[in-house]
Amino acid sequence: MEQLVYKKPDSIRDDFKITFCPGCDHGVAVRLVAEVLDELGVRENTIGIASVGCSVFSYDFFNVDIVEAQHGRSMAVATGVKRSKPDKIVFTYQGDGDLASIGIAETIHAMTRGEKVTAICINNTTYGMTGGQAGPTTLLGQVTTTTTQGRRADINGYPIKISELLKEIEGTAYVARVTLDSPQAVVNAKKCIKKAFEAQIKGLGTGFVEILATCPTNWKMTPQQAHERVRGEMSDVFKPGIYKDKVSEAK
Amino acid sequence: MRKKELLKGNYAIAKAAVEAGCQSYFAYPITPQSEIGEYLSSEMPKLGRAYVSAESEVAAISMLLGAGSTGVKAMTSSSSCAVALMQEGLSFIAGDEIPCVLVSVMRAGPGLGYIYPSQGDYFQTTKGGGNGDYKIITFAPSSVQECIDLTYKCFYVSQKYRTPVCLLADGMLGQMMEPAVIGEYPYEEIDQSGWALDGAKNREARHIASIEREQETLRQRVEKIFEKYNKILENENIFEKYETEGAKLIITAFGSIARIAKAAVKLARKNGLKVGLFRPILLNPFPEETVAEIAEKAEVILDIELNCGQMLQDIKASIAGKVKIPVKFYGRPAGVMMTVEEIYKQIENCYREITEKKYGTACI
Repeated sequence: MEQLVYKKPDSIRDDFKITFCPGCDHGVAVRLVAEVLDELGVRENTIGIASVGCSVFSYDFFNVDIVEAQHGRSMAVATGVKRSKPDKIVFTYQGDGDLASIGIAETIHAMTRGEKVTAICINNTTYGMTGGQAGPTTLLGQVTTTTTQGRRADINGYPIKISELLKEIEGTAYVARVTLDSPQAVVNAKKCIKKAFEAQIKGLGTGFVEILATCPTNWKMTPQQAHERVRGEMSDVFKPGIYKDKVSEAK
Repeated sequence: MRKKELLKGNYAIAKAAVEAGCQSYFAYPITPQSEIGEYLSSEMPKLGRAYVSAESEVAAISMLLGAGSTGVKAMTSSSSCAVALMQEGLSFIAGDEIPCVLVSVMRAGPGLGYIYPSQGDYFQTTKGGGNGDYKIITFAPSSVQECIDLTYKCFYVSQKYRTPVCLLADGMLGQMMEPAVIGEYPYEEIDQSGWALDGAKNREARHIASIEREQETLRQRVEKIFEKYNKILENENIFEKYETEGAKLIITAFGSIARIAKAAVKLARKNGLKVGLFRPILLNPFPEETVAEIAEKAEVILDIELNCGQMLQDIKASIAGKVKIPVKFYGRPAGVMMTVEEIYKQIENCYREITEKKYGTACI
């Protein structure tokens, strides 16, 4: 007898083309977002924002309407969409370079306005698409193509702690940092992503999830080693957890 | 019948945007156009429409991109050094074929310059500062009434052709008051449901993006956009010709300077000088053929602008290889507005050269 063990979410295209490197966490993150859209029953009412970086081809896999933003401008584009169509579910899917470096102003101000949108940020401590340069979240000591001796605080400054920063903003309703390094972590990440969408649906403010993700290609690691790094030095600096949860408070 | 009101240019533009059905407005304040945002900040919420005070012009143009992608009529307004910040977004919006309206009320530059009226951003608007092959369709008003009528036109053209359109005014038009009528929006509504994003219900998911991996597809897409510009030039080319029939000297000017030039031309005609005025209203794409036709029977063109010679380049290009007459220029960087007497003097000087058949030196 056949038993259905896994079904592709409707929010993933039938003809999906994954453009990510093998072993990268993006694929899991995309699936979780798609499953949440399915479970909330909002796929047909959703507009996504594709950001510049590894996620620019979001429309190749998400089966929802998508508009591409300029680099870093996703939260401003999301604002324009949501304010024009307040009944739509709007989300951005961005990297840490997009959201926390070139787009930090748009991110902070959209959240300060309490825009009813959801932002998903993939933090892999590097600029993945351009070949592994140092980014806003690159850890001290981390070797990249632009910090070949390792990131030094006196020269390159410090890694930015996105969730800690955004939880302080009054307009955010949900802020969480998650990992995808184990089955339990994946289950937890999905719960958090769902909450971040519920924050929007309930009109509480901006929902935000930072996903500590692997970049085996640029880290020059196997996927297993990369997940070890997420569990180890990345989680030491960027502590996973729920930083703000107005969704549960509102229940 | 709607009544004439005494209106400031900026308020006229804002009121016309409301009348045109603008659903979303995003902007950051900058003189000399801040009244547009002030007016819309109170009016839009009353009508259940969107007003967002953006954190920067970079954000404002990005919000416009997002709003336009849903098919609603959307607008931003700004000036010079702040429009400079929008160039990235404008390139994306043009590549995405997203309809929206940019109101650009020029002030003096470069840099902060000052808030004086200027025409120094003709190049910024028509040649663009964003990357890639694209055009921002541009209409230039020369009166408060035209600020209203052309705001309507901008919304219509943007929605009809799915393209960003700029209303290019200046500090004089934005700040001056004169009687004008906020008439009804005169154009048909253009259905945007065939492409706009509103959720993939009972249809395939859509995406709007400027990125394109296939070389051939990218080439074809940009070519298609340029075919659209040709259609706009063909169908939407509006201009003013005043006393150009039989004119030996043609004055070319746009926007606020053109109305001062027109007064000078009137004076010249009164004094028996055969002078005419050509004022392009559609500035981009530039009506080269129209200019060449008008230049055909003239002996000299005198281009007058409140800048160091920007539209001048398009006037010269328009007649190059077609009409062999000198194109002279009178202008200066912003700071002091021109007077009718001053322009009349330039007309007289040029005209004397025509009668004496001496076209040697520039009039400036």
